[in-house]
Amino acid sequence: MKQTSGAVFFRYLLLVSFSLLVFLPITGLLLNAFRSTSEVNLNPFALPSQLSLENIRNAWTVGRFGIFFKNSVVVAVITVVSSVFLSILTGYAFAILPLPGKKWLYPLVLLGYMVPFEAAIIPLYNLMKTLSLRDTYWALILPQVGLSVSFGTLWLTSCFETIPQELIDSATMDGSNRWQTLWRILVPLSTPSLTTLIVLIFMWTWNEFLLALLMIQDESMRTLPVGLAFFQGRYTSNVPLLAAGALIVAVPTVLVYILFQRFFIRGMLGGAVKG
Amino acid sequence: MNRLHAYPGESKVHGLVYLLPGLLIYLIFTFWPVLQTVHTSFLNWEGLAPQKNFIGFANYVQVFTDSKFWLALSHNLIFIIFYCLIPIFIGLFLASLLGRYPLKGFTFFRTLLFLPQVLSMVVIGVAWRWIFNPTFGPLNLLLRAIGLSSLARPWLGDFALALPAVGAVGTWVQYGFCMVLFLAGMQRIPTEYYEAAALDGANAWQELRYITIPGLRAEIGVALITTIIAALRVFDLVFVTTRGGPGEATLVTGFLVYRSAFLQNQTGYAAAIATILTLIILAISLLIRKYQAADAWSKE
Repeated sequence: MKQTSGAVFFRYLLLVSFSLLVFLPITGLLLNAFRSTSEVNLNPFALPSQLSLENIRNAWTVGRFGIFFKNSVVVAVITVVSSVFLSILTGYAFAILPLPGKKWLYPLVLLGYMVPFEAAIIPLYNLMKTLSLRDTYWALILPQVGLSVSFGTLWLTSCFETIPQELIDSATMDGSNRWQTLWRILVPLSTPSLTTLIVLIFMWTWNEFLLALLMIQDESMRTLPVGLAFFQGRYTSNVPLLAAGALIVAVPTVLVYILFQRFFIRGMLGGAVKG
Repeated sequence: MNRLHAYPGESKVHGLVYLLPGLLIYLIFTFWPVLQTVHTSFLNWEGLAPQKNFIGFANYVQVFTDSKFWLALSHNLIFIIFYCLIPIFIGLFLASLLGRYPLKGFTFFRTLLFLPQVLSMVVIGVAWRWIFNPTFGPLNLLLRAIGLSSLARPWLGDFALALPAVGAVGTWVQYGFCMVLFLAGMQRIPTEYYEAAALDGANAWQELRYITIPGLRAEIGVALITTIIAALRVFDLVFVTTRGGPGEATLVTGFLVYRSAFLQNQTGYAAAIATILTLIILAISLLIRKYQAADAWSKE
């Protein structure tokens, strides 16, 4: 079918409008990070008259976002590395290795992927209290790893299952043991799936809120989202400072997203919903 | 998972060595707490009090006779309209208009449309609280600037408007996801179907009804389930924007669990709500699995 140029124009108009509707609210807020308070209140639609880094500096030091940032990085890095490592092992066990009880173990692990954090949060809180782990990184890392391993196992089992048995057999024939086959054959062949997994677990961990809200009382141990939530309670009308805080929270995920968006979108469209 | 066999001389339980580290962390920090929540929901446990007695279904009776629970659940159901129905409607509408021809530069627009999916709900909440702010928020300023000051409202502070206002944020988060999901699915529907329909004189509604919607069945399933779960789980956004207020105008079940368990020390009662919420979400998640098994989609 031929398209008229009017129809093409109309379709792009729709696409551009709906994309801008997503884009404007968030950039509108974040631009405030570069403006002064009086400028924001005068005209929120104008571009900043100068790119001042004053607010960001204030949020980072006075608002303690520098400390929250460090906490978030530590929690996210340890969670991502250990979740992915453990998921590679469990996925390998389910997809390739001899393992008794696979039929009932697999749904057991799957359950964690389908239930929300709310389902575990009350006992988790008491468990961390008993172990005296509240106000430590472990209170955030351990539950997050448990949940991520559940999804990672599902994700990597189905990925490893697509790898032809002949490849694994021929590696074994060449004298490679199970451990070597995993790291020399399966992992290199699964780079796209692994990248998707890393990106998804990073996003979920970075943005996690409920766990961090409950487990951390000590302000200096807060992660960025909780730090921003409390910060907002105190500085509701200081929009530039608030925007600077929001910018610090958002930039890492947006950067990872822009760099790896193909992998992220693949995961999301593949139904990777954190239940 | 059917092809696995041990090599000659290999232990039949070799996989356990690889399984155990991950499995243990999962069991201790995810699986066991979930079971404990169910157990707690049968206990008379008032936070700090030392005695915890088994009281059968009393907490559930309390939940089901509590108007607060029904109020919160009804708000979650209204959120399904905002998180699920409106985004899917927008997504279908746009996909049927845009999806039939190659779109130059779509990757760029896809990046924008997916943006809310990567942002912390706290950041989104901060942005919309600013937009909705009664005095200096851009929404009211815009309304005043175009001479509609009578429409300017304290959006999040208004008993009638707070719920739809927070819901609208949900729509904003989800519609890009639905659009991209459906547009990706449209690539699979052969253009010939539409050409044949055009020859038969089908109108736009008939094309949507008989070609687009059946062709996107799997994608619509995924979108339904994903967005419904998001509507049922909403917590962060409410915590940041309204804390359930004004009054209880935006109270949702997730917030009720948090409030009962950690602010009001009604642990058993909160566990019962958490269990009910989990069962609903689990039932919907099982539907996702059904669609995943069908595997008619998910290929980029």
